[in-house]
Amino acid sequence: MSLDKNDVRRVAFLARIRVDEDDLEPVARDLNNIIGWVEQLAEVDTDGVEPLTGVTGMTLKRRDDVVTDGGDPDKVLRNAPDRVGDFYAVPKVVE
Amino acid sequence: MTYLIHGDTGDWEVVIGLEVHAQVSSQAKLFSGSPTAFGAGPNSQVSLVDAAMPGMLPVINGYCVEQAVKTGLGLNARINKVSVFERKNYFYADLPQGYQISQYQHPVVGEGVVTVDLADGTTRDIGIERLHMEQDAGKSMHDQDPKRSFIDLNRAGVCLMEIVTKPDIRSPEEAGAFVRKLRSILRYLGTCDGNMEQGSMRADVNVSVRLVGEEGYRTRAEVKNVNSVRFIMQAIEIEARRQVEVHESGGEVVQETRLMDPVKGETRPMRVKEFAHDYRYFPDPDLLPLELDDAFIEGIRASLPELPDAKKARFMADMGLSAKDATTLVADRESAEYFEAVAARHDAKKAANWVTNDLFGALNKAGLAIADSPILADHLSKLLTLMDDGTISGKIAKDVFEIMWETSDDPEKIVADKGLKQITDTGAIEVAVDEIIAANPGQADAVRGGNDKAIGWFVGQVMKATQGKANPQQVNQLLKAKLKG
Repeated sequence: MSLDKNDVRRVAFLARIRVDEDDLEPVARDLNNIIGWVEQLAEVDTDGVEPLTGVTGMTLKRRDDVVTDGGDPDKVLRNAPDRVGDFYAVPKVVE
Repeated sequence: MTYLIHGDTGDWEVVIGLEVHAQVSSQAKLFSGSPTAFGAGPNSQVSLVDAAMPGMLPVINGYCVEQAVKTGLGLNARINKVSVFERKNYFYADLPQGYQISQYQHPVVGEGVVTVDLADGTTRDIGIERLHMEQDAGKSMHDQDPKRSFIDLNRAGVCLMEIVTKPDIRSPEEAGAFVRKLRSILRYLGTCDGNMEQGSMRADVNVSVRLVGEEGYRTRAEVKNVNSVRFIMQAIEIEARRQVEVHESGGEVVQETRLMDPVKGETRPMRVKEFAHDYRYFPDPDLLPLELDDAFIEGIRASLPELPDAKKARFMADMGLSAKDATTLVADRESAEYFEAVAARHDAKKAANWVTNDLFGALNKAGLAIADSPILADHLSKLLTLMDDGTISGKIAKDVFEIMWETSDDPEKIVADKGLKQITDTGAIEVAVDEIIAANPGQADAVRGGNDKAIGWFVGQVMKATQGKANPQQVNQLLKAKLKG
């Protein structure tokens, strides 16, 4: 698998990361190096091996269905760049 | 009944699949401890996890897992003992994480089946493809300010079940019946309140059309976020008709997301940004796979209530109800419980008649739900007892029912207060009969001369004179004895 300039432009857009046109080529090269390095793993024969999801032997912890949070809009909105009443206010999103 | 669209080139059938989003009934959210109640002030039910502050980690609500498994069992579906939460990545102002935690390749519930009841009394099986758990997003308001959108994260992180059907649905009627049945099952189970007005249940409708007899499927379009049974049926009619026109005019149906405008009666494409459907799912590294053991699943199975299909079968087999009455009575849990309370002490068919005709008729007319009925099940049961033991006649019972509806009073009290007790004292009825005969010699002669119809007229007069309180059989006997005996 390898990425070209267009792939990088697209992935950058999806991730909302600005990459200047001049940087697309070098970024593609860097990413291809990383992918190539990771792809060495494909050389290992994994037929019949279950995917490993963790090495700690832990299972997913579950909470009880109890309300322990909320009720503090000011805390939640403290870092908001803009607010109106208890709403976040963001640049208009038009569907 | 087959639903077909008659086009210029032939008859077209409609292929429909539904994706229903049902909000899980729980106190707290799926991955945080903030509350889920509807209608709270903006951002008052938000934790820092829901607001996606850096470093916040999700911890799953075990009860939401139980609810999803319970729903899966209620849909006769396979429960997957290992399922995986993945990140569905997209940008939107009301999705602070930048991704929705959902399940993709490994959902908690696999294939199942729902039997739907159609208007003609037949049933049809609709396949369930899967059910998975996911987070709801926040709510955006775009119409409050010319330059800004307002965001409320109260819904963000609330647990949803997405229930996906196989493309088994063939008409708007079946789609409506499916959603009603699904809602009924969810309410019986108590896993979702099914309240479509408050957005607890909403559907995406996948529609394609094909010529009758054609194999395979044509390209489908998806009508998103339809929030009532009526609109779901309307969306299918409109979208199927549009697609037939596109095909017949030589065009091509595009796979896209559309929105329905119920006012204009049309669907139109949603303006979706380029690449919007590239969600780049990957397993959420913050969450281990969800593993369920047999004891957990069987424990939930053992706690399942009797569901509408089983109840309907029991009402028909053990109580002798018709399919129509049984279907009506089991449609929601409260109605079934009401009926069973009345039928506990009475003939089931008689109880069903009073509940489905008199009570449901009055409720429908008043736009009330069974839970708001002014007549308690216990009172309706007493009314039937008053009829059974001859205290009041069937005709008077209807009058008492009206008064019960207005006052919510106990029927025994109403009958006592208004003196509606049936007159069974032969002497009292005899007096009335004698008076009527004496006052109408012409009619009396007619009966004596063999005109049996005139006897009915006398019964009516006596009933009128006694304000309907005389026992009609006794009146009849007395009249016959006096006029013909």
